[in-house]
Amino acid sequence: MSDMSTTMTADNGASQTLDFHASGDYHAPNGTLLGFWIYLMSDCLIFACLFATFGVLGREYAGGPTAAQVLELPIVALNTTLLLFSSITYGFAVLEMRANRQGLMMMWLAITGLLGAGFIGLELTEFAHLISIGAGPQRSAFLSSFFTLVGTHGLHVTCGLIWLVTLMVQVSKKGLIPANKRRLMCLSMFWHFLDLIWVGVFSFVYLMGVLP
Amino acid sequence: MMSNHPDLAKLIFGRLTIDQLPLKEPIVVGTFAVVALGAIALLGVITYYRLWGYLWREWFTSIDHKKIGVMYIILGLVMLLRGFSDAVMMRAQQAIAFGHNAGYLPPDHYDQIFTAHGVIMIFFVAMPLVTGVMNFVMPLQIGARDVAFPFLNNFSFWMTVSGAVLVMISLFVGEFARTGWLAYPPLSDIVSSPDAGVDYFIWSLQIAGVGTLLSGVNLLTTIIKMRAPGMTLMRMPIFTWTALCTNILIVAAFPVLTAVLAMLALDRYAGTNFFDTVLGGNAMMYVNLIWIWGHPEVYILILPAFGIFSEVTATFCRKRLFGYASMVYATVVITVLAYLVWLHHFFTMGSGASVNSFFGITTMIISIPTGAKIFNWLFTMYRGRIEFEVPMLWTVGFIVTFAIGGMTGVLLAVPPADFSLHNSLFLVAHFHNVIIGGVLFGLFAGINYWFPKAFGFRLDPFWGKCSFWFWLIGFYFAFMPLYVLGLMGVTRRLNHFDDPSLQIWFEIAAFGAFLILLGIVSMLIQFAVSFMRREKLRDVTGDPWGGRTLEWSTSSPPPKYNFAFTPQIHDADAWWQMKQHHYQRPLQGFTPIHMPKNTGAGIILAGLATVFGFAMIWYMWPLAIISFVALLATGIGHTFNYHRDYYIPADEVARVEASRTELLASHV
Repeated sequence: MSDMSTTMTADNGASQTLDFHASGDYHAPNGTLLGFWIYLMSDCLIFACLFATFGVLGREYAGGPTAAQVLELPIVALNTTLLLFSSITYGFAVLEMRANRQGLMMMWLAITGLLGAGFIGLELTEFAHLISIGAGPQRSAFLSSFFTLVGTHGLHVTCGLIWLVTLMVQVSKKGLIPANKRRLMCLSMFWHFLDLIWVGVFSFVYLMGVLP
Repeated sequence: MMSNHPDLAKLIFGRLTIDQLPLKEPIVVGTFAVVALGAIALLGVITYYRLWGYLWREWFTSIDHKKIGVMYIILGLVMLLRGFSDAVMMRAQQAIAFGHNAGYLPPDHYDQIFTAHGVIMIFFVAMPLVTGVMNFVMPLQIGARDVAFPFLNNFSFWMTVSGAVLVMISLFVGEFARTGWLAYPPLSDIVSSPDAGVDYFIWSLQIAGVGTLLSGVNLLTTIIKMRAPGMTLMRMPIFTWTALCTNILIVAAFPVLTAVLAMLALDRYAGTNFFDTVLGGNAMMYVNLIWIWGHPEVYILILPAFGIFSEVTATFCRKRLFGYASMVYATVVITVLAYLVWLHHFFTMGSGASVNSFFGITTMIISIPTGAKIFNWLFTMYRGRIEFEVPMLWTVGFIVTFAIGGMTGVLLAVPPADFSLHNSLFLVAHFHNVIIGGVLFGLFAGINYWFPKAFGFRLDPFWGKCSFWFWLIGFYFAFMPLYVLGLMGVTRRLNHFDDPSLQIWFEIAAFGAFLILLGIVSMLIQFAVSFMRREKLRDVTGDPWGGRTLEWSTSSPPPKYNFAFTPQIHDADAWWQMKQHHYQRPLQGFTPIHMPKNTGAGIILAGLATVFGFAMIWYMWPLAIISFVALLATGIGHTFNYHRDYYIPADEVARVEASRTELLASHV
């Protein structure tokens, strides 16, 4: 079988002329956005592990406080609102970037950053409160998995904020050159991705956590 | 040390004191002396020949995928020597430690050795070798000029080195883990393992893991985006297919390792309770998670080896690979099934008959696509004009050896059988059978096969054959006795035995290890002899074996830009087809070529990561903070560098190509 196909190719080939070089100045397409997507999917798996861990340990209170006792939904509702709005404002920033209006884009980026910082601030307040009432990560497996899952998300948002500031400096220095636009799109994906993860945290940890 | 200011010393040095240096252990001091003398000699030679500038400019800061590939392979071979020394020490201990003879290794030291052996062989030998071969070969096979993210590639390599450096430091400063290569809690928790060993384990794997993950993202993007025009998925060379699947596995498995090691680190550093039963944790969760990474890892290693065997078999049988499509589908099926079998590593957990049956059956199913591959290679050989060059010898040795390993694997997949064989030497024999007989033989085949492409001269076949036969025979002597011992019920990781009737089997195994040592020595001699006889072994054609895929269409070694013109693909065996059509190299019409620039950022970042890891291991908090901030600042600083590329002028391309034309003409 395989012998035959080799001969066939050779026979057919002899009668036709094939071009063995790509025409013109061939340049492979840029892979940054795809690469960043793949990275995000791997990051998503880290969260998947943390969610799974929370799924296993989330009700292991070890005689300590339960989720219903310590989680305060009103604060989390505010927190969620801030983060979801920051996604919308990042979306506005991308629209302005597409229209090449650098000033307006920077304004929306700044608002996004402020909303993100507000989110982190509230989260830290919540953590500090929990630790102060003796519900720190060392208290029980539930609290270990809670702090790690929510904290890892918070750490990602913090990285996003550092990145956002860096990019704002770079845009103000270099303008909206293609490299910067590409970076802004990567951060955009990162930011929306964190939003999506937060929806999972909010539903799975907070809403389902306070159920009896 | 600084007894006047104990608090200050503690702040700066954390828990690292002079007592942590193993000055009282003659074996370690001796090893240190040898390593230190070797290192001083090496550094002396580099300095004497004024090679530092050359190494820095042409290698350390290089973003050329070919050079990075070669550096990965050098790292893997150097670490192979370390990992193999551990193996020899264990074999020697087990051969003599019977009855009143306690052997020469105390349990404390022995436990570190088997842990280090496993960690080093998987993470710092097999992984760098596999990544190195993929890095070198894959872009050439798909007709690309580099990978998608050249800087990231350099960074990934140095992060892997950083992890290896930390493991090596543990040999002389403090100790390595005594927990077995996967460091299961509760043994690895802070109560049972309070010293720095497990922390060396955690931080070396986390740092190297960053490199592995980014390299996976990078190579995956490269294969998806940068294939030469006309190379559809079903026209990719099989090695590239296996590289694609392996990198998918890397991207989808290593984050799990990162997450589970982070949880172990939190338990040890921050007092969380993930794996601590007292406050609600669950140690079996660690075992589940680490094998959800660990089983795909097995296929991460073996798939590229399968790819290498496919290329080698087709080339040296002078035939198109039998069943290309079935080979592709088998690879993809293995990729998917890799995620559905992890629980077979711990049937004894007690998850119940139905769960164990599920994982037993999925495990057995994997033998179907793998068997299909074996038959494809055999049918390629059938009626082929087989040339028994060294790569082909490794391939035939693999087919026989791996078939045995596969069968014992299916045996272990039967849960009731596993209950008696779990953690026995039967298991140890099985996984060495598939990893040595599969992964390592594959990599050696690949190194012998692609060496002329990388360096422009072939490897000496005589010493290559010596190496092959010593390895092959040594393998059977070393591991067949372990199957026997395992069936008799001997468990793994013991450093002393009471029953003298077992000793003969361990002596045979030790003899096998000695033969393997001769195999490794032969390989080192092979490198040296080939280098000295390089003019005789010179490959001027770029195609020393009569290859079928694109990498053989360029010169050996390939120019920086790989291909002066991007090839257009019409067939899976692209270069074979070009030869069939009497392809002529174009001699003019060259255009400037867009290439990435070298950068020192990767090695600097990895250096800082090493300092950070070391500081974390020893609780040197100020140093940890400083190095972490420096890491962050350097990383951000690097993003302010927008001048990352340049053009090789058309004149230079023309000059390089003209010299190749001359070379080809002079040897016709």
